[in-house]
Amino acid sequence: MTRKVISLAEIRDGSLRNVSLEAIAAAKTIAQGGEVVAVLVGESVQSHANELIAHGADRVVVVEHAQLKAYTPDGYGQALMAVVEAEKPEGIVFGHTALGKDLSPKLATKLNAGLVSDVVAIEEKDGELLFTRPIYSGKAFEKKVVNDGLIFITVRPNNIPALSRDDARTGEVTTLSVDIKDLRTIVKEIVRKTAEGVDLSEAKVIVAGGRGVKSEDGFKPLQELADVLGGAVGASRGACDAGYCDYSLQIGQTGKVVTPDLYIACGISGAIQHLAGMSNSKVIVAINKDPEANIFKVADYGIVGDLFEVVPLLTEEFKKLKVHS
Amino acid sequence: MNIFVLMKRTFDTEEKIVINNGKVNEEGAEFIINPYDEYAIEEAIQVRDKVGGEVTVVTVGNEDAEKELRTALAMGCDKAVLINLEDDVEESDQFTTAKVLAEYLKDKEPHLILAGNVAIDGGSGQVGPRVAELLGIPYVTTITKLDINGDKATVVRDVEGDEEVIEASLPLLVTAQQGLNEPRYPSLPGIMKAKKKPLDEVELDDLDLDEDDVVAKTKTVEIFLPPKKEAGKILQGELTDQVKELVTLLRTEAKVI
Ligand SMILES: Cc1cc2nc3c(=O)[nH]c(=O)nc-3n(C[C@H](O)[C@H](O)[C@H](O)COP(=O)(O)OP(=O)(O)OC[C@H]3O[C@@H](n4cnc5c(N)ncnc54)[C@H](O)[C@@H]3O)c2cc1C
Ligand SMILES: Cc1cc2nc3c(=O)[nH]c(=O)nc-3n(C[C@H](O)[C@H](O)[C@H](O)COP(=O)(O)OP(=O)(O)OC[C@H]3O[C@@H](n4cnc5c(N)ncnc54)[C@H](O)[C@@H]3O)c2cc1C
Repeated sequence: MTRKVISLAEIRDGSLRNVSLEAIAAAKTIAQGGEVVAVLVGESVQSHANELIAHGADRVVVVEHAQLKAYTPDGYGQALMAVVEAEKPEGIVFGHTALGKDLSPKLATKLNAGLVSDVVAIEEKDGELLFTRPIYSGKAFEKKVVNDGLIFITVRPNNIPALSRDDARTGEVTTLSVDIKDLRTIVKEIVRKTAEGVDLSEAKVIVAGGRGVKSEDGFKPLQELADVLGGAVGASRGACDAGYCDYSLQIGQTGKVVTPDLYIACGISGAIQHLAGMSNSKVIVAINKDPEANIFKVADYGIVGDLFEVVPLLTEEFKKLKVHS
Repeated sequence: MNIFVLMKRTFDTEEKIVINNGKVNEEGAEFIINPYDEYAIEEAIQVRDKVGGEVTVVTVGNEDAEKELRTALAMGCDKAVLINLEDDVEESDQFTTAKVLAEYLKDKEPHLILAGNVAIDGGSGQVGPRVAELLGIPYVTTITKLDINGDKATVVRDVEGDEEVIEASLPLLVTAQQGLNEPRYPSLPGIMKAKKKPLDEVELDDLDLDEDDVVAKTKTVEIFLPPKKEAGKILQGELTDQVKELVTLLRTEAKVI
């Protein structure tokens, strides 16, 4: 059965988020040959339409309005409802991002629909679509089906691969004009804490520090290692609470959920709330001076030792590698 | 002010998860108030103490949740309500839970509703916004600060590490993020008082709902544990050799570099 599926694209720092391209791939799987329509919402966003088509969207619908500059559930809710009324999709895919988490339950409720959140894999079995998602803080997984009606999901970043870019693809780009009004929540100010450009949830390599890093300065060797690997620095709650770094670096249940190819945990004990945010990483390296630390239970490779000795050595070793290659 | 807290009793995910016959084994497991709902309860109590009013904590579940409701009363909530679905509903999802909660709340004239931003077991983060939408009131999720001034609220929202300062009018639903406050422990006098506070129980019938109105939209067909990871390799030997070996392993075995 083919379906028409819409996927919502998100822009951050002037670029499309990777997860929006992954959402198109997920939408394709759900569409089973049906049409995939990407949706761009914002103040001035049309310029991203071609990239969405290059990554697999058949068409793009653009909703632009001055009131859509900052995200609000009411503003984006009105925009998406207008798109749904115009397109009558049988499937909807959002990224499981701050925006996606906030907006999807509202839209699902308006549409009297179910919603499967935080999907990490999609498979077809006997003509039915099964959606896999983590439960119990990532300690288990469930497979869910949608009983009937609209299929609405959000996808966890970095799990469902995007389709590779093909600039030869073409597709129609249309705008939909929507009257955005009566916003009941007003964004007065946005306080930027995260570094420009780095999106932890999409980084391929993350070097994370915990309370064992001991000070703000202690993060420097971690940053150097991350730089050599072209990765980003993250942190545990312990490090944030101790004031060694900003909360915007926090990884875990309360912070960012990440699935990099390589996660290097330095001086992190491995509390369940931290694991909930990173245990799906493809390869985990733990550096901790306590051989009993819980983090070693999820690590693929472990070094028992002082991170202040190990991390600089690692940086040197990777530097050598770079010179040779 | 009529303040409501939506509280979920959750499996303590610090515990080992065992799956029997396709279900998570709950026998003998530890259950707790969902940690994010503790922040919601604490904030509700603080708001009440500042502006006056009453805090009612509401849960959808079965009789087992009475324990967590009593804990919420001991922390300082004034009333508790258990919406018991045990006899009426076999399969539920976030649609079901939200529908039932909204049906209960719709004629209670709530000014402020607080929920957790996510339940640590089910983990969807849907219930708060769904309830707000069903009630036709605005919401702000993952908040780390709440100031109420008359019928206006100023809220700080955590957005993947950045902060948004948001203004809204009551009635409003907010969902709590870690950092909002430090939840108190129930005091001994609090625990004594809690025993006398009202804990009401309602069922679907009392809410004028039929089973048909709350039929789940989604269904769990399988629960499984992640494939057991082979025990990780703890490297041995001189530190410099360990580091060299690690780099080689990451390149040749794990192939991530
Ligand atoms: C509701 C709730 C939500 C939470 N959400 C999160 C979350 O999102 N993310 C999160 O991370 N936590 C979260 N936490 C906190 C979590 O429970 C832990 O307290 C926290 O993760 C601990 O941080 P840590 O591992 O850095 O510190 P610790 O547990 O103190 O561990 C420090 C580690 O460093 C090691 N160490 C010390 N010195 C060195 C050295 N020189 N070299 C090598 N190793 C060294 C020690 O052996 C130890 O294992 C949450 C808690 C609650 C209650
Ligand atoms: C009788 C029964 C049968 C069930 N059967 C199934 C099943 O077959 N399949 C399945 O997947 N799930 C089932 N559940 C679980 C239930 O549907 C979900 O756990 C629930 O909808 C909450 O979803 P969540 O865990 O994703 O919470 P989230 O949406 O992540 O929770 C966010 C916040 O919403 C509030 N909240 C959530 N749940 C409740 C609640 N119950 N009461 C009050 N406030 C709440 C809390 O403030 C919480 O912090 C069943 C539950 C019951 C009681």
